[in-house]
Amino acid sequence: METRYRELDPSLFESADIDAYEGERIAGPPVGFWRDAWIRLKKNRGALVSLAVLVLVFAVAFVIGPLISSHSPYAQDLSQRYLGPTSKFWFGTDKFGRDMWTRVWAGTRVSLYIGLLAALMDIFVGVVYGAVSGFLGGRVDDVLQRGIEILNGIPYLVVAILAMIVFDPGIITISIAIGLTGWTYMARIVRGRMLQLKDQEFTLASRSLGASGFRLVWKHLIPNSLGLIVINLMFTIPAAIFAEAFLSFIGLGIQVPEASLGSLISDGAAELRFHPYLLWLPSLVFCLLMICFNLFGDGLRDALDPKMRK
Amino acid sequence: MNDDNILEVRDLQVSFSTYAGEIQAVRSVTFDLRRGETLAIVGESGSGKSVTAKSIMRLNPEANTIVRGGEILFGQEDLLKLGEKQMQDIRGPKIAMVFQDPMTSLDPTMKVGRQITESLKKHLGMSGREASRRAVELLRLVGIPNAEQRVKQYPHQFSGGMRQRVVIAIALACEPQILIADEPTTALDVTIQAQILDLLRELQEKIGTSVILITHDLGVVASVADRIAVMYAGKIVETGTVRETFYDPQMPYTWGLLASIPLPTADRSRDLIPIPGSPPDMSDPPEGCPFAARCPYVMRICSTEFPEYTTFSAEHKAACWLHHPMAPNVEPPAQVGGAR
Amino acid sequence: MTEQSSNGNGAILEVKDLKKHFKVGRAYLKAVDGISLSIKKGETLGLVGESGCGKTTVGRVLVRLYQPSGGEVLFAGEDVHRTEGEEAKLLNRKMQMIFQDPQASLNPRMVVSDIVAEGIDIHGLAGSREERLDRVHELLETVGLSKEHANRFPHEFSGGQRQRIGVARALAVEPEFIVADEPVSALDVSIQAQVINLMTQLQKDRDLTYLFISHDLSVVKYISDRVGVMYLGQLVELADSDELYANPLHPYTRALLSAVPVPDPDYESERERIVITGDLPSPINPPSGCRFRTRCPQAVEEAAHVDPPWREVEPGHWVEACPCFT
Repeated sequence: METRYRELDPSLFESADIDAYEGERIAGPPVGFWRDAWIRLKKNRGALVSLAVLVLVFAVAFVIGPLISSHSPYAQDLSQRYLGPTSKFWFGTDKFGRDMWTRVWAGTRVSLYIGLLAALMDIFVGVVYGAVSGFLGGRVDDVLQRGIEILNGIPYLVVAILAMIVFDPGIITISIAIGLTGWTYMARIVRGRMLQLKDQEFTLASRSLGASGFRLVWKHLIPNSLGLIVINLMFTIPAAIFAEAFLSFIGLGIQVPEASLGSLISDGAAELRFHPYLLWLPSLVFCLLMICFNLFGDGLRDALDPKMRK
Repeated sequence: MNDDNILEVRDLQVSFSTYAGEIQAVRSVTFDLRRGETLAIVGESGSGKSVTAKSIMRLNPEANTIVRGGEILFGQEDLLKLGEKQMQDIRGPKIAMVFQDPMTSLDPTMKVGRQITESLKKHLGMSGREASRRAVELLRLVGIPNAEQRVKQYPHQFSGGMRQRVVIAIALACEPQILIADEPTTALDVTIQAQILDLLRELQEKIGTSVILITHDLGVVASVADRIAVMYAGKIVETGTVRETFYDPQMPYTWGLLASIPLPTADRSRDLIPIPGSPPDMSDPPEGCPFAARCPYVMRICSTEFPEYTTFSAEHKAACWLHHPMAPNVEPPAQVGGAR
Repeated sequence: MTEQSSNGNGAILEVKDLKKHFKVGRAYLKAVDGISLSIKKGETLGLVGESGCGKTTVGRVLVRLYQPSGGEVLFAGEDVHRTEGEEAKLLNRKMQMIFQDPQASLNPRMVVSDIVAEGIDIHGLAGSREERLDRVHELLETVGLSKEHANRFPHEFSGGQRQRIGVARALAVEPEFIVADEPVSALDVSIQAQVINLMTQLQKDRDLTYLFISHDLSVVKYISDRVGVMYLGQLVELADSDELYANPLHPYTRALLSAVPVPDPDYESERERIVITGDLPSPINPPSGCRFRTRCPQAVEEAAHVDPPWREVEPGHWVEACPCFT
């Protein structure tokens, strides 16, 4: 009609060999869930730095610190009391002349131990409890949930005090107080996820293929909950560290001559007027731990968030 | 701008920047909306039809939308150049939009009547009393029984179809000149869909609104549209009146679409001819005609350049190298075209 | 409500007065409330209806994802819900399901070969890793994918490809009967035809029997030999595909058919539409007598008091014989 056509090379109008399914071929290596998450995590500066700092802290507390330092956390030398940071005592000394550098890292070890304990309780008790409750549903779920509600109703402070009556205050008391009550949040989260995943079509597909309950949970439900579990762990750990610090601060936790960041901060607070370094140094390490765990946890959550994927 | 047209879109290009790269959703789209007509924009996933509609209303997410070019002429203005405040005066009273999911289009915490009166008070300056009266009228207009009682109810008290009617009532409250309906019935049952489509037709006649209907359902198009624009991978590949496009389609993608749909009126011996492959990746769209990879009639030139549009009649245009005089003569598949 | 069924004419599946009620608070949601039908070997029975009619629930009860609240399902004469142990496991192989949502029907954390081979693993159908992989490759090629796809993750595929993976998964256990629950509803129109053609081809090659559940009447008509229409938990009409569309008897079927828009502008501008008004009643408290009477354009008073009988009004054409048209 009215369209004008350009003069073109006739060979262009020959039939071309095109494979319609060419477009469906997938380029690049298979990108699994974790690899994808790692790629995204790497873009988050804050999270990476936090991770690096945490690794460093772990290394110093458990490996490097004890290797470098020649002092014992308990050795008292009253002639060396209240020394500020010097070349011999990197963090100074406390009122008994004990080396603060060693004591701070000893305290950090205790804090990290508590964090680790809380994480393990989360995994072995929280996840299992929540998974069983969510997966089985019905009566079992009702009973298990009531159990959690009761447990949640008891503040960990009360548990700590009760534990103190039975055992002496110290690492055992704290372990019981925090370990016994800290996993309930994880259990709730995992249960929620189980309930959600149970009705997904891929779960139904497995069931219709004849998958056993165990297979469903192990191969389908848990792997799809790992993201959530890992993120939650990253927040449980600082919460537990904080709880321990609090208990020790108010005297229900670590007792002298043992040290934890909480007890060190408590002691330091008493000396704030004249020897502020006794407060600042353990506080600094404590804050660093908390901030880094939280930043890393945030970064991890963003990296694992399915909505932000392509 | 031509007097017959109420909206003119010229060379619209819209992309999104995502963490996977830039996605070119709309790659040069040009079309007109005539006064009082219903124009259907048809396409599958990735065709860019929804983005085109949202671009007219400037409702694309600001953070990562890049308008790479084009104009949208409405009255004297280019909608792409207006500020947000000016757009707010247009959205609602001049151009209104109805979305796919009635569940999420309505505010669950606000009574239905209030959602209508809000718009009336803001844009038409009605008093509370007038607005309430008009709200009841509107609910009646869209076919909701017991309008006086229902105007005081919350969205969750309505069924899906009823909710969509409410959404339409809100959209038409200020008697806009243009109504954009983005898959308005896709989420509804077929019997409810029939009701809603009838309603839209009725209302269009009564109020004289021009309608842009976005859909993937060719049956819906045949039922309510006057003209149709077929989109594929961000471009319009064919436009025409509904009769022209259904009975005398000129582009292999349109043939493919028509041949791959089962017709309830046909007998079962009519084979379904699928279109092989899948739509292209819009973060890296192919050179030339985007349909080349899946086209049974593909020629070498198809992957080098996008074809020019050939005009077949006043309304009917298609972009395909098969229309070039140097291209071989090709018949559309038997399933397609011809009188029924 | 029983359809005359006999094992003699090759019925591989028989459903007798099937009911499935879900407890909701104190009341019961009667998702399926008395369905009877039979499916012959090699046949495709289509089940259509709108949301809330119970068709998906029927499918799930058949493959034993749910236990029925009443009635029975017989596969080759065996009550499927009463089997246990080895026999039950065997039924998992014989009766399979294809799901609707290409996003949600594949485990996002598993690679395609593990997804497809899950049935093989569960039933020990492969003797070695090589054999397993070979079977996976074979299945992928059968559904139109390629070997390279085996170690990829679901999110790397398009919707149509994911549905094919779902089909491959179902085929891996060598089923005889497949329930396809809206298998193409979530796909683009041009891709739907690919999957439909695949299913038809597989049926021919493997002598499969299908129950094809969908709300899309055009697709159902194309692929099914016979079609059943459901409304509010019950079957209202069941007939051969062509017969149902040419000669619908029940008012709901007629309204449903008249509501489907056809991609033919002249046809659309000339047709008379039967409009039904009102909303779907709640399945917790369905209307007495004929359930459709609250929205039926030709409802009569009698319909409220009489439970309409399920009758074969013409050979092979069953209908809930409501007084309004008999």
